[in-house]
Amino acid sequence: MKAKIILKVATRSIMKSRMRSLLTALGIIIGVAAVVVMVAIGDGAQLKVEQQIASLGSNLIIITPGASTTGGVNRGSGTFNRFTWDDVDKIKNEATLVKGVTPIVFSGGQVIGGVGNWFTRIQGVSPDYLDIRSWPLASGEFFTERDVMARSKVCVLGADIVKNLFPNSDPVGQQIRIRSVPFRVIGTLKPKGQSAQGTSNDDIILAPSRTVGDRLSGDHMRIGSIQVSAISNDRIPAVIAELRSIMRESHKLTPGEEDDFTIQDQSDLSETATATSRILTILLASVAGVSLVVGGIGIMNIMLVSVTERTREIGIRLSVGARASDILVQFLTEAIVLSLSGGVIGVALSFLIAYILNHYTDQSAYIRPQIIMIAFGFAGAIGIFFGFYPARKASALNPIDALRYE
Amino acid sequence: MENILIRTVNLTKTYTVGEVDVHALKSVNINVHKGEFVAIMGASGSGKSTLMNLLGCLDMPTSGDYILDGINTSKLPQNEYAHIRNQKIGFVFQGFNLLPRTTALENVELPLMYDRLEKIKDHQKQASEALKRVGLGDRMDHIPSQLSGGQQQRVALARALVNEPSLILADEPTGNLDSVTSVEVFNLFQKLNDEGITIVMVTHERDFAAFAKRIIEMRDGRVIKDTIIKDRLNAEEELIRVKAAAEISE
Repeated sequence: MKAKIILKVATRSIMKSRMRSLLTALGIIIGVAAVVVMVAIGDGAQLKVEQQIASLGSNLIIITPGASTTGGVNRGSGTFNRFTWDDVDKIKNEATLVKGVTPIVFSGGQVIGGVGNWFTRIQGVSPDYLDIRSWPLASGEFFTERDVMARSKVCVLGADIVKNLFPNSDPVGQQIRIRSVPFRVIGTLKPKGQSAQGTSNDDIILAPSRTVGDRLSGDHMRIGSIQVSAISNDRIPAVIAELRSIMRESHKLTPGEEDDFTIQDQSDLSETATATSRILTILLASVAGVSLVVGGIGIMNIMLVSVTERTREIGIRLSVGARASDILVQFLTEAIVLSLSGGVIGVALSFLIAYILNHYTDQSAYIRPQIIMIAFGFAGAIGIFFGFYPARKASALNPIDALRYE
Repeated sequence: MENILIRTVNLTKTYTVGEVDVHALKSVNINVHKGEFVAIMGASGSGKSTLMNLLGCLDMPTSGDYILDGINTSKLPQNEYAHIRNQKIGFVFQGFNLLPRTTALENVELPLMYDRLEKIKDHQKQASEALKRVGLGDRMDHIPSQLSGGQQQRVALARALVNEPSLILADEPTGNLDSVTSVEVFNLFQKLNDEGITIVMVTHERDFAAFAKRIIEMRDGRVIKDTIIKDRLNAEEELIRVKAAAEISE
């Protein structure tokens, strides 16, 4: 028989019992929709994680002090801090693939101002900092290179500080005292939310690096880390190599000596995060896959009933010259058409659900084109797998018995 | 000899039910020439249905040969059986056996769909001509439940004819019909027979067997009597008589 005729016969008998066909396909519809939506939610979550990592800073590279080895005893990372202003200047002057560089001078203490007081972190940074961390200002302005060199006592407040010290007034232009040193607030930062470690990014005060180094830190040479942004994401390995040679030169390390610093980009962090969300996606998809298999069993069930119910029809077809293989192909085609149309409706349904999730809830769902192909493939495979046994049963019928069947 | 359509040689069928062998057909030898109209009669259990199944290539004999139109079918594979059913035989059943919820035209198209040789290209045209031939040109789009018993049997007959078979096998074709409708169907059978189609039918009723040209009687799996009818009952004349009688009784 021609494929066109086979398809026509299959769709005709599906359309003859519309309600039943719809209910049968419903298993596949729900299964396919569940798989696609679950994977879409997983992908959406992954996309969100990637965006969050990107929000840490565009192409951020962090140089931290390395481990020191004294007499063969490794004393752990950060024990030997030789970072100096010269290191920062050398990177700024010599690195070619770097967009911005900032030292981070760590400090902290009690802050008094506005309606009360608050204990917080204070970081001394360069004017490049906001660009490196892709962190926009909410109001006011950021300090300049001149403020850094003049050790101006100006600062920019994180959103948590604003909330706690200036809940009802504009902090810009106000005076605050950080560890008894008066500072003028010149700007505020937009909220950034939680960091990867779960602490608030917004509980922070930024001030010019030299100001913090000289007036707050106590040890005025102490630079906790250096943060750099690469000119583009794909140049990060080259930037790391470049930074490494600059730092080695700056620290006058001989070829045999180990690095006394560590250079890290964000790829480790993003790899861990994506691995986690990938596991989640696989988990969700397998649960949904089970419902797809259950849908397939539904098809098998109905096809078996249908074979019994249509025994006489099979007898008639055999008596007018259908071969066993014709009957097999007919019933198999019916099962495949049922499951594939279930697949089409299921995919349409998943688009609807994804739309609702994206527009009316916090959950984001992202449907990749490959997932649609995979879902279709699965639906078809299930049609073949679960349709084969009933079709085989139908084709094995004896024409005389089939014709006599009441 | 080339005029012989059906030839059975020691055709035997034995069913095994549990541990008991049931000898449904015991060495049956019959010849049917082209253009014959044969009625097979016999009580139930006489083996006439088994014979019909074998003649229709719906079943295989236990032993013996069945030569249809010069082809010895006993040695053919299953798929060839389907091809012979499709090409050489048209079936008419007691219960009509039409596909429900399917129009008369589509029912008649059914055998064309399974023709591997695709000798007929325009299925719809061929099917509608077959329906016109049985006088149902105006009922093509009706589904079986919208047709009377006689009309349904004529659709079945059109389906049997559509592939232009050399043999029509009818199993109690009027068993579900009243007497007037039955005679109408036999009238159609006789007309087709006059056009050269060979018909073999099974019937219980001697009155209806009289429409045939030859009666084969069976008992216990054997042919016990084979009678040629010189002047068969003319269904057209009989129809007028039966209709008149029906009017009087009303």
